[in-house]
Amino acid sequence: MLELANEVVKRALAAGATDAECTIAEGEEFSANVRMRELENLKEAGSRGAGVRILIGKKTGASSTSDLSPEGIAHLVKSAIELADVTNEDPHAGLPEREELGTISGDLRLSSPDVPQLETELKIETARRAEEAALSTDPRISNSEGASFDSHTGRHIFANSRGFAGEYRTSYCSLSVVPVAREGESMERDYWETLARGFAGLEAPEKVGRIAAQRALRRLNPVKVETQKAPVVFEPRVARSLVGEIFDAVHGMSVYRHQSFLAGKLGEKVASETVTVIDDGTIPGLFGTSPFDDEGVPSRRTVVIERGVLKSYLLNCYAARKLGMKTTGNASRGLTGNAGIGHGNLFMEKGTATPEQIIGGIRNGFYVTQVAGFGVNIVTGDYSQGASGLWIRDGELAFAVSEVTIAANLKDMLLGLEAIGNDLEFRGSVAAPTLKVGEMTIGGK
Amino acid sequence: MQFSDSLFATRFHITRQDLEKYLSEALSHGGDYADLYFEYLLTSSISIDESIVKSAAQGVNMGVGVRVIAGERTGYAYSDDLSPEKIRKAAHVAAYIAKGPSKVEKFDLKEGAHHNLYPVLQAPTEMAFAERVDLVRRADRAARAFDPRIFQVQALYADDLRHVMVATSDGVLSIDRQPLARLSVSALARVGDGPPQRGHSGGGGRVELSFFQTEKTPEHFATEAAREAIAMLDAVDAPAGEMTVVLGPGWPGILLHEAVGHGLEADFNRKKVSAFTDRIGQKVASELCTVIDDGTINSRRGSLNVDDEGQPTRRNVLIENGILRGYLQDKLSSTLMHAEPTGSGRRESYEYAPMPRMTNTFMLAGQSDPADIIRSVPKGLYCVSFGGGQVDITNGNFVFSASESYLIEGGKVTRPVRNATLIGNGPEALKYVSMVGNDLKLDEGIGTCGKESQHVPVGVGIPTIRIDRMTVGGTA
Repeated sequence: MLELANEVVKRALAAGATDAECTIAEGEEFSANVRMRELENLKEAGSRGAGVRILIGKKTGASSTSDLSPEGIAHLVKSAIELADVTNEDPHAGLPEREELGTISGDLRLSSPDVPQLETELKIETARRAEEAALSTDPRISNSEGASFDSHTGRHIFANSRGFAGEYRTSYCSLSVVPVAREGESMERDYWETLARGFAGLEAPEKVGRIAAQRALRRLNPVKVETQKAPVVFEPRVARSLVGEIFDAVHGMSVYRHQSFLAGKLGEKVASETVTVIDDGTIPGLFGTSPFDDEGVPSRRTVVIERGVLKSYLLNCYAARKLGMKTTGNASRGLTGNAGIGHGNLFMEKGTATPEQIIGGIRNGFYVTQVAGFGVNIVTGDYSQGASGLWIRDGELAFAVSEVTIAANLKDMLLGLEAIGNDLEFRGSVAAPTLKVGEMTIGGK
Repeated sequence: MQFSDSLFATRFHITRQDLEKYLSEALSHGGDYADLYFEYLLTSSISIDESIVKSAAQGVNMGVGVRVIAGERTGYAYSDDLSPEKIRKAAHVAAYIAKGPSKVEKFDLKEGAHHNLYPVLQAPTEMAFAERVDLVRRADRAARAFDPRIFQVQALYADDLRHVMVATSDGVLSIDRQPLARLSVSALARVGDGPPQRGHSGGGGRVELSFFQTEKTPEHFATEAAREAIAMLDAVDAPAGEMTVVLGPGWPGILLHEAVGHGLEADFNRKKVSAFTDRIGQKVASELCTVIDDGTINSRRGSLNVDDEGQPTRRNVLIENGILRGYLQDKLSSTLMHAEPTGSGRRESYEYAPMPRMTNTFMLAGQSDPADIIRSVPKGLYCVSFGGGQVDITNGNFVFSASESYLIEGGKVTRPVRNATLIGNGPEALKYVSMVGNDLKLDEGIGTCGKESQHVPVGVGIPTIRIDRMTVGGTA
């Protein structure tokens, strides 16, 4: 496959490109779903595809295909070359410089040999055990959307005309359960999930099922509270989404277009002094780790916010050139097209307080366990989302709350982060501990 | 289109005998039903940013999905290689789900009649790129010309042409050619060095390229995006709490998609996990509300001649004068629930098994003059555009996020307000609809609906409506 990628690059140059880059991806997926103790869905398949992006001077063209036959590859190259005709000269377009290219050495533990060898029966049984644990937690868990076991193995290949050629393999498996709790007229669901590079890294199915059930149960019989201003605590699963908003705001493409409330704020205080946000694509075994980014630049560790001060944006080569900076190795794309920007393992550093201490210090506030909606405007920082969770009364989680909104401006939320928990866990490529925002508007009755 | 003329027969030399053979293979371990979904997809996209056409891309993606149903069980496999060995291998993998003798013995594939909702002779995807590039250039120019305070414009044009073929063990053989095109524009406005505001607009459908030259031009979308960005420059904080909300016509129909549409998809109701479970015949909305899901409207983004299980699409009444009438069905759920098919089985691509999905979801027009609706509100919020929505089908709570809205004060639309999310409960929210306008409008053709990580194009529509009580998530 690496040869094929090199071959595509060579053919593009022969067809008139002055530079070219080729991505090839291969993957095998498996999924088993068990619902109400019966096997419901089973899926297994593999696919692959190739993409090429070419430059002719400062003009670009791109194409992709799932047809890797010789005719398919010939068509792929021809399509990309043709398209350079319709684009404009872009003074900032181009590949990374040779000295920027490279790959991290050493075993990043992105692929586990146990994943492709797992027996189908074991995978089904694992899902069955997780759902069984959820269903037997409490008689109010009387229904379920099932438990799923998913696994994936993949191979990622990238080559360009400046001499880069690299590949890496990945694997993951995940187990998730979605129980439904019912009491009288109230019906609520929630989920819990465990995800790892290999089967051995998964949490026990019984634990996953039990946590999912407890989460669904605690949402029963919710109240819609009065409209008010109050402190809001985000549990880690939701706090992650706030770190995701920070990513959108330091995304190099948004920054050069001035469509981010953090554009032009490098070196300024943008968050409470206790806040440090890091993007690290080099931590072995984690989900945001890779040896090189999608332009062939080595992944690295970038401090985004340090003790409240904005230190760096996340950049690919293009955004870096637009801003007069250097790439941070955050290029990301599918099979083809101009590179976008992605994150490695993006997280907020943990603080010292336990979640119990944070909740314990609040007389009247909202502990948010779920947010919903598209009400985050990165241009202005305006934040307005649907939310549900538990009400905090006198330092205790008192009752379930739903059908309310939480709103503020992200600038104020970051500056107003009053507490950061010590419970940081990587359950995906974005991670955050429990967070407390001093005040938000809760829209309810 | 006839099977013999289809790309699958002419280019890939697939015969009816092949299809029958693959279906037999899929049912070789037993099962009640099997189907094959062949797809050949061509895509293209062009984008402009800072008045520079920075990217143009095209792609080819093809494959076949094989599904076997045995009772409530589904086995699924796919291949991106259309060679006989690979298709047979996929059929064999999908067959793993079933045990015992098959109930299906003979396949007699018949091509049924179906709609011709998008008689597009030449799909945009098949045209020269140069003509399509012009669309984003024109959009960029028009947005910038709208007002000197517009300082950033991005426009994206994308189209695809999907050839599909469905063959089922029920004997359905169905072929369709599905063109789809869309143009979207976003603009940023600011005064001096002040904070920027954003505006967005877009649209399209299953249309020829001439649609963008004569009906909805790049200038139309560009002006709309620029207008929204400029309007938001004066925005004040949105209110918080329960109040009267008036939705403008068209895209605000996303309310229906979230509040009722998803909750009425049959899979959730078969499993009894929807807030609408077992509520057919009950009152779930004010009697002014009749909500339809119609996959048969000409040229619409959400329309299909046949669904992704080979069933002709239909006009389905979901709510009639406030009473819940029906669910949206796919093959699996309609069989298990002994219900009529509704032509609602859809999938993102050959990599996925189909599920019940919406097509074009809208509320029928009522009697009220839209101006009277606004005049009737002493204090409230008037929402004309939304960013997107989401629903928890189990408790029924839905949100939809307003990107352009205004205060109503003393029966008049006054100041624009900042983005705010609205929240409500599906089976309850529409009970508070007290006025329905006579101005039903469908959206411009920009919607994409996500469910269990599968994305499909959809449409929505609504007349101006007044909702007496809804929670608004502002800060004021």
